Amino acid sequence: MAKQSNEPILWALFSAGGVFAAFAIPVHLFLLGLAFPLGWIPAPGYEYLHGLFSSPLPRIYLFALCFLALFHWAHRFRYTLYDGLQIKHLNEVIFVCCYGGAIFGTVLAGYLLWNFH
Amino acid sequence: MSGVRQTVRYTEYHPRWYRTRVSTWWWLSRWPYLKFILREISSVFVAWFVVVLLLQIRALSRGPQAYAAFEHWLQIPVIVLLNLTAMFFVTFHAVTWFNLTPRAMVVRFGGKRVPDGLIVGTNYAAWAAVSVVLAWFLLRS
Repeated sequence: MAKQSNEPILWALFSAGGVFAAFAIPVHLFLLGLAFPLGWIPAPGYEYLHGLFSSPLPRIYLFALCFLALFHWAHRFRYTLYDGLQIKHLNEVIFVCCYGGAIFGTVLAGYLLWNFH
Repeated sequence: MSGVRQTVRYTEYHPRWYRTRVSTWWWLSRWPYLKFILREISSVFVAWFVVVLLLQIRALSRGPQAYAAFEHWLQIPVIVLLNLTAMFFVTFHAVTWFNLTPRAMVVRFGGKRVPDGLIVGTNYAAWAAVSVVLAWFLLRS
């Protein structure tokens, strides 16, 4: 079964994404989602952020973050739905939706970062 | 192998048929089960963060006006509340992830197994260091 043989690589992506998400996302989310909008810390200006996001290394970093975090989500959410809701008859649909979503998000991230100007 | 004769008798009714059905809400019955499901749900908020990040990248690319609109969107109470919830789940993910590393990865040094506490401690120290470096990059302006 093709699905069976894909499992190690999907698990590796899940694991790598888990590490990346654990180390990087809390500080990003704290600053972007709470500290800046609520005025706890002065937000960086447009010019600075635009310059930062224009350089190649931050863009590679952002792409890796999106890609791995999304595949982490896809794997974990898939099993949450399998185990949590016991909807075995929908396994194929769940599989396609989760990984389809992750692939779509990764392609979108690649498109946005590649065409960043 | 030769000379051994086994008489195997199968039951006509498969034992599986006697299993009782587990409720869909089984994970609400005990705290460890609920903790497991909460940990799994944290992945949804990891994905939510990626959505916010992609919106930020798009807004930055479109220009100062689009970025101002994005910053304004982040101040909507519903979005702040969502990000606050996401903050809880993402931290929960990080903590549970780091606490599990000694189980997933056994490190040996000088023939001895490195104690679990040390591996977890190293992870937390690295987490703090990474956070400081990332914050420095974002706040340098």
